[in-house]
Amino acid sequence: MDLHNLIEIKAIVINPKAKLVENILELEKLEQVPTRNGYGEGLVEVGKKNPNVVVLCADLTESTRSEAFRKEFPERFVEMGVAEQNMASVASGMNAMGKIPYISSYAMFSPGRNWEQLRTTVCYNERHVIVGGAHAGVSVGPDGATHQAIEDIAITRVIANMTVVVPCDQHEARKATIVVADLEGPVYLRFAREKTPVFTTFDTPFEVGKAEILFETKGKPDVAIIACGPLVHNAILAAAELEKNGIKVRVINNHTVKPMDEKTIVQAAYDAGAFVTVEEHQINGGMGSAVAEVITRNFPVPIEFIGVQNRFGESGSPNELIKHFGMAPEHIVKAAKKAIRRK
Amino acid sequence: MTHLHDDKIKELEEKAAQIRKDTIESVINAKSGHIAGPLDMADIFTLMYFHVLKHDPKNPDWPERDRLVLSNGHICPVQYATLAHAGYFPVSELKTLRQLGTRLQGHPHRTALPGLETTSGPLGSGLSQSVGMAIAARMDGLHSYIFCLMSDGEHQAGQTWEAVMLAGREKLWNLVAIMDRNNIQIDGMTEDILPLEPIREKYEAFNWHVIEANGHDFGEMHSAIEQAKVIHEKPTMIIAHTIAGQGVEFMERKFPWHSKAFKPEEAKQALHELRTLGGKIKSEHE
Ligand SMILES: Cc1ncc(C[n+]2csc(CCOP(=O)(O)OP(=O)(O)O)c2C)c(N)n1
Ligand SMILES: [Mg+2]
Repeated sequence: MDLHNLIEIKAIVINPKAKLVENILELEKLEQVPTRNGYGEGLVEVGKKNPNVVVLCADLTESTRSEAFRKEFPERFVEMGVAEQNMASVASGMNAMGKIPYISSYAMFSPGRNWEQLRTTVCYNERHVIVGGAHAGVSVGPDGATHQAIEDIAITRVIANMTVVVPCDQHEARKATIVVADLEGPVYLRFAREKTPVFTTFDTPFEVGKAEILFETKGKPDVAIIACGPLVHNAILAAAELEKNGIKVRVINNHTVKPMDEKTIVQAAYDAGAFVTVEEHQINGGMGSAVAEVITRNFPVPIEFIGVQNRFGESGSPNELIKHFGMAPEHIVKAAKKAIRRK
Repeated sequence: MTHLHDDKIKELEEKAAQIRKDTIESVINAKSGHIAGPLDMADIFTLMYFHVLKHDPKNPDWPERDRLVLSNGHICPVQYATLAHAGYFPVSELKTLRQLGTRLQGHPHRTALPGLETTSGPLGSGLSQSVGMAIAARMDGLHSYIFCLMSDGEHQAGQTWEAVMLAGREKLWNLVAIMDRNNIQIDGMTEDILPLEPIREKYEAFNWHVIEANGHDFGEMHSAIEQAKVIHEKPTMIIAHTIAGQGVEFMERKFPWHSKAFKPEEAKQALHELRTLGGKIKSEHE
């Protein structure tokens, strides 16, 4: 992309209230950090703030970034071994005694393997337990499909009362990890393994249940791109590209899949009249499906869904896989044009 | 070690007889529900709520109480009857078991009814929760015991062994598990379906203290619990040998009575047997 052109676009379209980084459209200039690092930083901070916070981990302490908490608060850390089902219910029992447990593993195993334990002993039992699922999405990369959770949003959001948050970068992951300690009930936080662009800042607003407009064209948008997780950055790159083609776009960071910010989503449907949803997840049952559930009841508009299309992941490098599964900026651009045509 | 006096034992036996009768009546009234397990655990529930547990029915959230976690939630009719007799809610409410709007859900739901420590039904997760409670209690220096009542059948679930392993590592002296060793499950006898034996040795290998007792002998069960409480470097498993369906002869030791709808004749017969056992109990189903 032509740099001069980009800066001009940025001046017009990046929402200043979102307090995003300066060079948001210049991928090479952005710092790259995995969202799971934000989880690790958040755990230590929330541990300092709240003595009831405990962390449980199922033999993945380093890679879920729970290590820093273990070092800081060894007496509040419980190593579970490879036993994710036990971990979910032990956390339920600890919350019964007033602790606020964060349970760390890969999303494939928690909430994957321990789904029923989460449903019965945590969610239905009304326990405040926070599930930190790392290594979600195909961008897990070389480990392949067995370790790439692409169903986790669907299986958590379907459980009554569960809050589901998908942070877009390290900062948002840190903030989400800290604030959910003050919520009630069960929470799922979804993190990625791979380094991804850090494009929000310390000052970017974050509130569970409040979607943020990051990119907004002057005038009425032709399409709204609703994204969550690190792919929000791809959505912004796609929006810049569309903008160059004279297509007006609103990009929404829909980090809280549940409870969804219905007001912001329905307003976008009303304003734009066409949607593209973007997530590193099966399109069946994911964030896009949740958006569809909201707008079909309120203000139906055509939607194109970017995500994994009823397949399993596979080995490869993260960037290759994002392209291979059709979630790169060019795919989003194409989907946006199609959504507009379908108006 | 304190022993139970004969008077106390007699009192508990009478209470248990009443609880058995109310348990069966509630299941008959509900037209569905589990039977064998609730009957064979009536003595242990009575002992727990009328002698062992530090608890206060008028203040169910008292932080210093002992916790009784029912892992095999399907036997809840006996827990409901016991909680009612202990004063957590009116005995008359037992009639609402399994009906729309009831606090007495088909499987126990913690937030629906005072006195329940957890929601259960799916087997194999109660011990994990108890382990979590015991670890948290120890972190806070809280001197409460965590009692986990479990079935034998749920020892076929992998999660049970995850919890057993963790409790052993953590040396949870404040955790006492009690297994209803009635030898039955839905499809048959445990040793035919998926054998548990040698179960005592399994627990010992996981670094638990193990006691075996007659689950229908108040004195024996009481001594076992007293012993468990003074074991300070290990969690304790009390294998309570029970007779499935205890108290109603035609059900005893018969796995089809795990859960089964009563025919009117069977209901009459069961209540008659339970009535004559206690002597002075009246039944509205007569
Ligand atoms: C995880 C799970 N699988 C299956 C069931 C269905 N179920 C209810 S009770 C039971 C087993 C019965 O064996 P046991 O627990 O020993 O009960 P008992 O008949 O002795 O009361 C089963 C398989 C369940 N409740 N939970
Ligand atoms: Mg049994």
